[in-house]
This record gives sequence, C-alpha cells and structure tokens, in this order.
Amino acid sequence: MDDRQLTEAGLAATGEGRVLLLACGALAHEILALKRANGWSHMDLHCLPAILHNTPEKITPAVIAAAEKHRAAYDRVFVVYADCGTGGALQHACAELGVEMVPGPHCYSFFEGNDVFTTHEDSNVTAFFLTDFLTRQFEAFVIKPLGLDRHPELRDMYFGNYETLVYLAQTDDPGLTDKARAAADRLGLAFERRFTGYGDLASELAKRA
Amino acid sequence: MSEEEDIILADLDDEELVEQMFDDLYDGLKEEIEEGVNILLERGWEPYRILTEALVGGMTIVGKDFRDGILFVPEVLLAANAMKGGMAILKPLLAETGAPRMGSMVIGTVKGDIHDIGKNLVSMMMEGAGFEVVDIGINNPVENYLEAIEEHKPDILGMSALLTTTMPYMKVVIDTMVEQGIRDDYIVLVGGAPLNEEFGKAIGADAYCRDAAVAVETAKDYVARKHNQMAAG
Repeated sequence: MDDRQLTEAGLAATGEGRVLLLACGALAHEILALKRANGWSHMDLHCLPAILHNTPEKITPAVIAAAEKHRAAYDRVFVVYADCGTGGALQHACAELGVEMVPGPHCYSFFEGNDVFTTHEDSNVTAFFLTDFLTRQFEAFVIKPLGLDRHPELRDMYFGNYETLVYLAQTDDPGLTDKARAAADRLGLAFERRFTGYGDLASELAKRA
Repeated sequence: MSEEEDIILADLDDEELVEQMFDDLYDGLKEEIEEGVNILLERGWEPYRILTEALVGGMTIVGKDFRDGILFVPEVLLAANAMKGGMAILKPLLAETGAPRMGSMVIGTVKGDIHDIGKNLVSMMMEGAGFEVVDIGINNPVENYLEAIEEHKPDILGMSALLTTTMPYMKVVIDTMVEQGIRDDYIVLVGGAPLNEEFGKAIGADAYCRDAAVAVETAKDYVARKHNQMAAG
C-alpha cells in the first residue's frame, strides 16, 4: 500500500464485509494491522485522502458523502476519525447519519489514549506531533504545504513558539525514529518519542467488531 | 508579478515606485521594500503617507489575492515580513510626526494556543491603519486579558485561536468580562481559522473577522460607532 496514494487518493473499499470502517488514510496501515491481528475479516476499510488533515473544514462533507455512497452495502458504518479540527461538525454529522465515530480531539490523542493524552495537557501546548504515517509523509504534510521547501526562512514564523516535536510511535521502528528526530532538527525543536502502540484505536475497533 | 530585469528603484518616479513597491511586497522582497521606503522618505513623503499608500496599499492586494485563493500562507508570510521591514523604518518616525490615531487594541491568542501568525498579521495591519496595538502574545489565560485591558483601556479587545480545542476559551474571557460588568466597555473582535460568524455571535463577541483586512474594516466601523454613540450620549 502506497503512502502517497493514501495521502492523495485514499483507499477504496473492497466491498466485502458487513461493517464499513470509514477512515482517514493516515490510519490505514494501523487499521489493516489490527484487522489482520484480530481476524476481523467482516470489517471492510474505505479511506479518504489523508491530506484532508491539512484542511479540516473539508473532512465532514467528505465523510458524509462517502457514508451516503457506501452505507447501503453494509450493516453498519463506523467513522474512524476523531474531531480532527472540525469543531464538533463531524460529531454532529455522524449523529445525523446515525453512525458512531472515535472519541477524542484527534488521532494524536486516541493513539496515546485519550485519558493519558490529557495528562500531558501543559506540555502538549508547545508540542508538534507526528505519528508513524506523518513521519513518513513529513514532506507532503508539513514541509511542502507550508512552503518550507521553497522558503526555509519561514520556519521560525511557523514553529518559533513550539518547543518539542513529539513522535507518537505506533511501531518500534528505529528508521522511523531517526526520521522523526531529523524532522525535529529541521524544525529547530527538541525531540521526544512516546511509544503509543495503537492506543484507543484498538479498543474502539474491538468494540465494533 | 515579478519582472526578471533589474529595476533601479531610485530611477522611478513616485507613482512608478509605489507601483513597484506593490510588486515587491507581493513578491516578499524585504530589502527592496526597505529601500523603497527610504527613497520616498528622502523625497519628502510623510511617513504616514508611505505607510498607507505604499505598504498598506500593497498588503491589501496581497490580502485580496489570499482571500481569492491566488496566494497561499507562505507567500502572505513573505509579504508580511517585507512590510515589517518597511514598518520598522517608519514606526519611530510616525510617532514623531503625529500620525492620525484611529483607536487602540489589546490582542493575544487564547490559553492553550501558541499559533500567532494570524494575530501578528492583524496587529500589523491594524498598526498600518493607524491603531495603537498592544500585543500580549500567546497562550493567554483570562487574567492576562483583564490585566491588559485594565492597564491600557483600549477601544478593542482582540482574541485569536487556531485550534478547535482552544477557541471555546474565548467564551471564558467574555463571560468573565460580563461577570465583572465590563463587557460593554470594549469592542470584542475574534478571529482564527476554525471560527465563523455563528461562533462569534454564540460566545458574545461583537464580531468575527475572517482575515486581517476584515479586522481592520470592522475595527474602524465599530470604533466610529462607539464615538458616535459617545457624542450622542
């Protein structure tokens, strides 16, 4: 599965299974790993382009459109997004659609576990987060959209108030850790790695399995 | 809008130079803007005229093209950085030459929010429009806002937030002002990417401003109304 495709186009459902997981493309690897590990063959995965992360106002309409398009073919739909910067709009839309979604403000929070994430509230204010996916796609999600490839001198206007890049690691991958550390260096931030595994994502999916 | 050929700014007449400064602002050329400001000063232009006609005029074009999706955040930041260079030259001179004063504003991002690009743009454009701006920075609890408005007695309180998780804190500030009986002493303007007009109304702000240019126009409008009310009362 190509990360670039997940970023720009998402992933089409196979059409097999009773439960549709309607998810952010940035979660595809983790959801498929959980499906394999737990034998959830009755769950089908459809991902929207992960790059919607950078334009949260487009997430809710995209989720509504995909849910309406696909829901007839499944018994249930579960939206694998948290609020993700929609300001409650996605929660409202899911309620209208009669479907459930993952609780929490964003994937950083549910990967770490929503309860644990809030215990870091103070230091989180000045933290810039990356997950495994965002570390691999750092150029596409951070460097290029902010124009830092063309204008590196803008770095401190964007990141001057941040202190730490926190890498929330879903897997133990030394190569990814090095990449995340290099991202921190590039942004001029201290580096912290927190191993999260799949956090609340695993338990939320298990509840709907 | 950029031309490849070398242009000698000092060789241009005033009108051509201002046009060229619009282009240079658009292209984020800080050194050229500083040079243009110095040339106009040498030619006897009043600092306030340079600010409004050359710098604010140029940034207005940048703001319009940003709103229309022609320019994006990196280009706006480069333009703002260029304008900042010009303003750094003009600011001390503006104070000396008694530029018109439109009103005053205390502005800061709310508790939990460190994203200040929007706030800084608003501050700069408000200063460019003749407002005195007291910038209290980032991550402000309600106490900071209350202390600042008590100390500076501004016409306007501005609050900014980029995150959906922090924007509700604006209501905490406004509710506290209501509790203390001081809400109506100030014009409260709010802004930030995830906000909208409905949110602004719901939390009891006077207005939501979708960008820096709208903030300036809204501020002028509300300050004029306030002065008219005072004159009538």
